[in-house]
Amino acid sequence: MSQAALASPLSLVPESPILSVADCSKMYGPIVGCRDVSFDLYPGEVLGIVGESGSGKSTLLNCISGRLKPTDGTVSFAVKGGDLADIFSLSEPERRRLQREEWGFVHQNPRDGLRMRVSAGANVAEPLMNLGDRHYGTMREKTIDWLTRVELDIARVDDNPKNFSGGMQQRIQIARNLIHGPRLIFMDEPTGGLDVSVQARLLDLLRGLVRRLGMSAIIVTHDLAVARLLADRLMVMRSGSVVEMGLTDQVLDDPQHPYTQLLVSAVLQI
Amino acid sequence: MSVTPTPPTSNRPSGLPDYNYAYLDEQTKRMIRRSILKAVAIPGYQVPFGSREMPVPYGWGTGGIQLTASLVGPEDTFKCIDQGADDTTNAVSIRSFFAKVADVGTTEATEDATIIQTRHRIPEYQLKEGQIIIFQVPQPEPLRSLEPRETETRAMHAYEEYGLQYVSLYENVSRFGEIAATAGYPVMVDERYIMSPSPIPKFDNPKMHMNPCLQLFGAGREKRIYAIPPFTKVRSLDFEDYPFTVQSWQECCALCGATDSYMDEVVLDDKGNKMFVCSDSHYCAGRRAKGLRGPMADHALAAAAANSAETPS
Repeated sequence: MSQAALASPLSLVPESPILSVADCSKMYGPIVGCRDVSFDLYPGEVLGIVGESGSGKSTLLNCISGRLKPTDGTVSFAVKGGDLADIFSLSEPERRRLQREEWGFVHQNPRDGLRMRVSAGANVAEPLMNLGDRHYGTMREKTIDWLTRVELDIARVDDNPKNFSGGMQQRIQIARNLIHGPRLIFMDEPTGGLDVSVQARLLDLLRGLVRRLGMSAIIVTHDLAVARLLADRLMVMRSGSVVEMGLTDQVLDDPQHPYTQLLVSAVLQI
Repeated sequence: MSVTPTPPTSNRPSGLPDYNYAYLDEQTKRMIRRSILKAVAIPGYQVPFGSREMPVPYGWGTGGIQLTASLVGPEDTFKCIDQGADDTTNAVSIRSFFAKVADVGTTEATEDATIIQTRHRIPEYQLKEGQIIIFQVPQPEPLRSLEPRETETRAMHAYEEYGLQYVSLYENVSRFGEIAATAGYPVMVDERYIMSPSPIPKFDNPKMHMNPCLQLFGAGREKRIYAIPPFTKVRSLDFEDYPFTVQSWQECCALCGATDSYMDEVVLDDKGNKMFVCSDSHYCAGRRAKGLRGPMADHALAAAAANSAETPS
């Protein structure tokens, strides 16, 4: 891990969290989605959530990103002014404004996060229009700038997303979610379903962007390598509960919980 | 409109009428009038209503016909146009429908009509206070092509989240170098609701702004009514660096010489000959009656148009 990556969480010493989750539970009838999850996320921090499929990672992410109302517990976000506000007691338009203007959400499947019927450029520019930008020229410039940053061929800016490969679509989705400078970004398996070389480039890109822009991120993944590369802190989930939490390197190099030990030892060494 | 008019005489032996006055039953008309009142009270807001089966298929103007049926009375004068013309099949059929079921006087003269039902045009003559123009609407939701979920578009309207509408304009500029949308160009009504003006050409959009007449929109299949009350601000959306403009033509109307009206291109043969004529047939006929002549004023089409203008159906 680079010097900068190590330095950022230590040097920031932030006084108050940007997101605070307390006893968050989600039940689907008798079935547990996630149970009693609590954590704080500080500005500039990247939190990884790992666990096997069905462990409640995505349910938790949907709850804390305001897309799914938890059965119990609170999710508080530092709204402008610095005060923590429970996102589910905000009014619906206010919550939608947060989701639109201050957060980003990168879906596992780019087709869920992109408008497939409009061009890549319009997809990337949409958040700017949502924020009230009404000048085509400046939006176009920013769009092209961001497509360059995610290493896409700008000659194809007006192509439809369906004409791009899966990895390219994912990069369009990432550009779309970063262009408006959100303070917090949620990612659900951002590299799932991509081949390893594309994955590596995407991870490189994401790591650079997150570090350079100083935004906070929550990344759900089942890939420990992704977690190792991107996350400052790691949360290990099993059957809806958090079984272990700590600094990424600590959790991965010295796992305490039997399930984490199993998870770490299950990774193939090549 | 306040008195319940007597239904047209019946051929039935029982003496009962074949149908209620203006085709719809009184309760239905009442329900539609309530929706109209709500629509007028909230300019540009789409009011759901219980659209009925009409004796024509969806897409042939069922929304407009229901609005007309709920408003028309025997003292009204009814005009119906399709693409600006009074003599097209649909316009003739709807006009004769109301002449039959509502015993209403019909006209082709824009200034004489109290109710004008239209598909795809606003007449060229300035409409007056007291007139009602009724638009037939295929798709009332301007955001639908970008957002298929009704729940989501309703929330967007409720919270004024209109960034998405600009995505379609952005697409246009990036594809064609200008806002190339020509019909159904989205408008902002009274700086609150974004509204689809029905597929009228954007040439007609400025006519909606501060118009003294009442503008009603009916979508039969989609079951929505919306309205622009008289003297309401209507603004066509655009970008700061790509302002809204309307279509213009190099040619004048071949029959009447008009340069200020919306033109239809008429292909004359398979050798590339064509002519441009006013889409508003009444406007064109009126100019010709005043002796104004275009470069092809003696063309056979002019005679045909004059004939139909003289013999109202």
